Amino acid sequence: MEDMLFYDRMQFAFTITFHYLFPQLTMGLSLLIVYFKWKFLRTHIDKYNDAAKFWMKIFALNFAMGVVTGIPMEFQFGTNWAKFSELTGGIIGQTLAMEGMFSFFLESSFLGLFLFGEKLLGHKLHFLTGFLVFLGSWASGYLIIATHSWMQYPVGYEVLENGKFVLNNFGALFSNPWLLPSYLHNQAASMVTSSFVVAAIGAFYILNNKHHEFGKLFVKTGVIFGLISSLLVAFPTGDLAAKNVVKHQPVTFAAMEGIFHTEDGGSEIVLIGQPNIREKKLDNKIAVPNILSFLTYQDWNAEIKGLDQFDPDVYPTNIPGLYYAYHIMVGLGTIFIGLMLLATLQLFRKKLYTTKWILWAIVFMLPFPYIANTTGWYTAELGRQPWLVYNLLRTSEGASPTVSSGNTLFTLLGFIGLYLLLGLLFLMLAGKIINKGPELEKHA
Amino acid sequence: MELFWYIVLMTMLAVYVILDGYDFGAGIVHLFFSKTEQDKKAITNAIGPFWDANEVWLIASGGVLFFAFPTLYASSFSGFYLPLMMILWLLIFRAIGLELRGQVHNKMWEAVWDKAFGISSLLLALFFGVALGNVVRGVNLGGVVDGVSTHEAHYFFLPLWNPSFSPHSEELGVIDWFTLLLGIISVVALTIHGANWIIYKTNSDLNEKLKTVVFNLNIALVALVIISVTIWHIIEPNPFHNFIKTPMLWIFPLIMLTGLFGTFKVKSFKKHGIGFLFSSLFLLGGLTSTVASIFPKVLPSTNNINPDLTLYNVAAHEYGLNIGIYWFAIAVVLVAAYMFIQYKVFSGKMDDVGYGEH
Repeated sequence: MEDMLFYDRMQFAFTITFHYLFPQLTMGLSLLIVYFKWKFLRTHIDKYNDAAKFWMKIFALNFAMGVVTGIPMEFQFGTNWAKFSELTGGIIGQTLAMEGMFSFFLESSFLGLFLFGEKLLGHKLHFLTGFLVFLGSWASGYLIIATHSWMQYPVGYEVLENGKFVLNNFGALFSNPWLLPSYLHNQAASMVTSSFVVAAIGAFYILNNKHHEFGKLFVKTGVIFGLISSLLVAFPTGDLAAKNVVKHQPVTFAAMEGIFHTEDGGSEIVLIGQPNIREKKLDNKIAVPNILSFLTYQDWNAEIKGLDQFDPDVYPTNIPGLYYAYHIMVGLGTIFIGLMLLATLQLFRKKLYTTKWILWAIVFMLPFPYIANTTGWYTAELGRQPWLVYNLLRTSEGASPTVSSGNTLFTLLGFIGLYLLLGLLFLMLAGKIINKGPELEKHA
Repeated sequence: MELFWYIVLMTMLAVYVILDGYDFGAGIVHLFFSKTEQDKKAITNAIGPFWDANEVWLIASGGVLFFAFPTLYASSFSGFYLPLMMILWLLIFRAIGLELRGQVHNKMWEAVWDKAFGISSLLLALFFGVALGNVVRGVNLGGVVDGVSTHEAHYFFLPLWNPSFSPHSEELGVIDWFTLLLGIISVVALTIHGANWIIYKTNSDLNEKLKTVVFNLNIALVALVIISVTIWHIIEPNPFHNFIKTPMLWIFPLIMLTGLFGTFKVKSFKKHGIGFLFSSLFLLGGLTSTVASIFPKVLPSTNNINPDLTLYNVAAHEYGLNIGIYWFAIAVVLVAAYMFIQYKVFSGKMDDVGYGEH
């Protein structure tokens, strides 16, 4: 039984981690593509249209990867988490079915038109199809986060005698206090990923002395969007999301921040430290006094509950994992703001394109928004453990009763092999598109 | 209310089978009948702008199944664990085959992805037929061993096959001679369907040859349908009881037969697309007839201890089903509009439309 739960959780974690590498780019990128196309409609300068088309190629590749790795997510609810699906399907099935009906059809229909239809449609309609693709991908994110929010903070439900959760207030699913902060935080974070990717490829072009004009355009656009979005990720969206955790999952918050004991006279903020579960303390820590209390309650001396205030039975299952995920996310977010501030400064001094070290830093920063997004997702998910539906349904009660651990292990290995192949092919093809660059578009 | 969502779900599945069915069929045609680069291009062009959206019908149907019939979703998805995972991997393989083939111009690369696309299309067609066979045949619900239910009444697990390969053995498997037969019917029917789509959508040199292929395969299909209906009573003692009780239901087999015999005239159709219409009718009629024959069961139980799953005992709670109608109505109108736009923009013969390479 324990084996099975472990493999089920590994399989879900592995497949969703891999899956989410793609939508986090496409959601943000769709907005940037709409921006480029809009610039073209206003200025009629070809380079903006070429830029939109170039990023659409990257988008299409990522979108295809997102779709093929997304279908297993839906399947796994039924295959690996049958008990969970049976008990909560009447509620989360609602938002997931809406995602299929409202966003997937929109995206897939208009992506085809955007990719194949420029000549047939003319530029204005072509812009519209791009906008609809953007709308679809953001709606998709919204409905997924609505599902996720219900698991974090269940609303609008009642529990029947047989343990089934049934919906009694549809509106509550979408006015869930957990939903809006999470959604905005998530979308801002996906803007960070796409801005950094656009900037990094621009910087790569400049440093390599090719596609120079596009290099500058991409760096400029990426840096400006990158600065705005990395600020938005921290404030107000990140702040609001964290306040939700404080309010509704205080034990999670204590574990995230590594507070083992409630302290009198305000809590310090830990910059670096290693949670030591056995001795219930942080090793090797560097901390600043009272900041955490202020950030959380706007009061330097507010008390923040430590883990000692809670029953160990409801502790997050993996406290060090949660602590590190959260701190990596926050640490990287801070670095993003710093780098983009510097880059924007250089941009306004008209020195960005010649400041090689910043360009190099932007190129090397490419993987880190992905890491930040992933650890952010882990923070939310590990924070909810040991619950599937917070405080109501334990993860151990949600797995499929008839599927053996051998089968789950077998399919886990299958997914690892298949996704390894997918990942390699993706890198190869993305590399090819990037290397070819946007300028050759016109002659193709 | 359950009945409403059941009809919605079955309609969505039928749309999925008809739409993604021609994609699979095109894949099978691609595997067996395309020799030249030109043929291959014609085939992939014919499904290029559509297959992605077609597959969304599967995801959306899955979503509706999950929300309206959560118990059926949980029971069947965990029960058919292994075959569903295989289907999943095949869907992924097929999609990357289609997406990647044109990205690199290299003989070996193209050959590999051509085969990936063709073989996974073939296996998917087979597996979907096998899946239908399983639903008709039923499963050992509750996992009964020696007269005792080993799990909750609606949970079960099926291995891929049983050693005796028989639909009557104590331990059932997903593949036995009965389900395999339905799988083969599915492959033949979808090949015809896909070929009809290619004839409809392209000016390919392949088209004349494909008409002969469609004609010949249709003979095989008639034979297979006769065999399967004849042996149906081995699985189900009284397969026509619903039809006898409610004669209205004969409309479904009638639709199927119209499609089946209409397809024989493939060589003399003046307007393109008529053949496709007939093979769509066959698929629609075949699916609905099968569904009608087991109604209101959605998954029969092969043991006498645990009750069949019917659409009434697997549905979600009233409130959710009621409220779902509102958003679903809006969504359906939107989806119809998208499909209209999509098929309008890419209407006509594919070769005549100058859309870019992808």
